[in-house]
Amino acid sequence: MAGIIGYGAYMPRNRIKVEEIAKVWGADAPSYKRGLMLQEKSVPSPDQDVITMSVEATKHALTRAEIDPSKIGAVYVGSESHPYAVKPSGTVLAEAIGATPEVHCADFEFACKAGSEAMFVCMGLVDSEKIEYGLAVGADTSQGAPSDALEYSAAAGAASFVIGRDPGVAKVIETYSFMTDTPDFWRRSYMHYPRHAGRFTGEPAYFKHIMGCAKGIMAKVKMEPKDFAYVVFHQPNGKFPQRVGKMLGFTKEQIDPGWLSPTLGNTYSGSSPMGLTATLDVAKPGDMVLMVSYGSGAGSDGFVFEVTDRIDEVRNVAPGTRELLDKKTYIEYGTYAKYRRKIRMGE
Amino acid sequence: MSTSAKYWRGIPQRYRLEAEKCTDCGAQFFPPRVVCSGCGGREFEEIKLDDRGKLLTYTVIRVGPSEFCEQTPYAMGIVELEGGVRMTGQIADVDFDDLEVGLPIKIEFRKIREEGEAGILCYGYKFVPDK
Ligand SMILES: [Zn+2]
Repeated sequence: MAGIIGYGAYMPRNRIKVEEIAKVWGADAPSYKRGLMLQEKSVPSPDQDVITMSVEATKHALTRAEIDPSKIGAVYVGSESHPYAVKPSGTVLAEAIGATPEVHCADFEFACKAGSEAMFVCMGLVDSEKIEYGLAVGADTSQGAPSDALEYSAAAGAASFVIGRDPGVAKVIETYSFMTDTPDFWRRSYMHYPRHAGRFTGEPAYFKHIMGCAKGIMAKVKMEPKDFAYVVFHQPNGKFPQRVGKMLGFTKEQIDPGWLSPTLGNTYSGSSPMGLTATLDVAKPGDMVLMVSYGSGAGSDGFVFEVTDRIDEVRNVAPGTRELLDKKTYIEYGTYAKYRRKIRMGE
Repeated sequence: MSTSAKYWRGIPQRYRLEAEKCTDCGAQFFPPRVVCSGCGGREFEEIKLDDRGKLLTYTVIRVGPSEFCEQTPYAMGIVELEGGVRMTGQIADVDFDDLEVGLPIKIEFRKIREEGEAGILCYGYKFVPDK
């Protein structure tokens, strides 16, 4: 049976507050903060992208996994902001950690669900004994159009998981996917910013797929919300994961350890995977954890994990996710606009 | 010749900090070399450098080359890693008031430069304060 052998997260140090963005566009900061339950978000420096964050998150995952990187048989990076349009992110990551050349490599895309896809595929390859270890990364440096609601949430971060056979830090008890074709959010070729269908991104998109996936996987394992110590949902803002959790019958105590979005923002492909890293940081052996991702387009991947004794040995050998979240430097909108290349430069 | 080939040849050093250790006197070299400058030995073993060290000296670049203009002002430094190897690089995520000789640093993987709008992206190591 497949399990998580090591895990790690990474995020840039820069943060911008909701007030700082709202000030520029004449928007009402308190209503955004209340409505979306967002306070601030992470911003990558010009020298940080999906590849660099994937490498740093993976270093943390490998420190916890304590394995020889050359035994990694698959490297999958899930993202909607791969630095190249053509040329894989995964090859750089595989080379940087010393997994080359005997390794299968592919970049995944599915809006915010690409990271959990990478996890899903690695688990399948491990279970079918095609590989000994697989590396699954979810990372993004997504952008929202200036003044769009997405600009308040689109953030940067990465989570990395070494998937292998037992015993790891968490056993994969079950996986499940729930998918339909739903045009709630998209970005066409050569377009710089994504488009979204406003309120349509809620009920028929996020809520329908997360509810469908969570109910489906719980039925499959014959468990109810009270059987789980923790639950992690995709976090496009602060509000949605709390609301979908409540609709499913989970408590705030089950959701909060992995609820990073109020001070991190939406890290897209990194979102629920980073929430899982923060949850593993506090989980105890024997705890059951449910994770449900969401990617526009649209679909959800669900996972039921059982935390093992090894968690207590590896938890503190690499930085905890909330420890990284607390290391921050606030920047102003001008610096943010420069870092995110929103300013047109002379040729 | 494109810079792809030159960049590619340095990948083991740029990405993984691969270095060499003289099997006679133990001196470490980064990048690797053919003859040991300490004892003249020609036998080396491959090692991976430690990713932690301390700052030996630094400067702040306020007018940089055009491809680094979006990063100015930025700090450059020479760092001595645990093991004795010294290397030059950019110091990222640092408040200039915190720059001082002896500052503990760790190495992070960052994008070093972009070959214009359409060329390759070049990755490698930078230093960040270790705290
Ligand atoms: Zn020597």
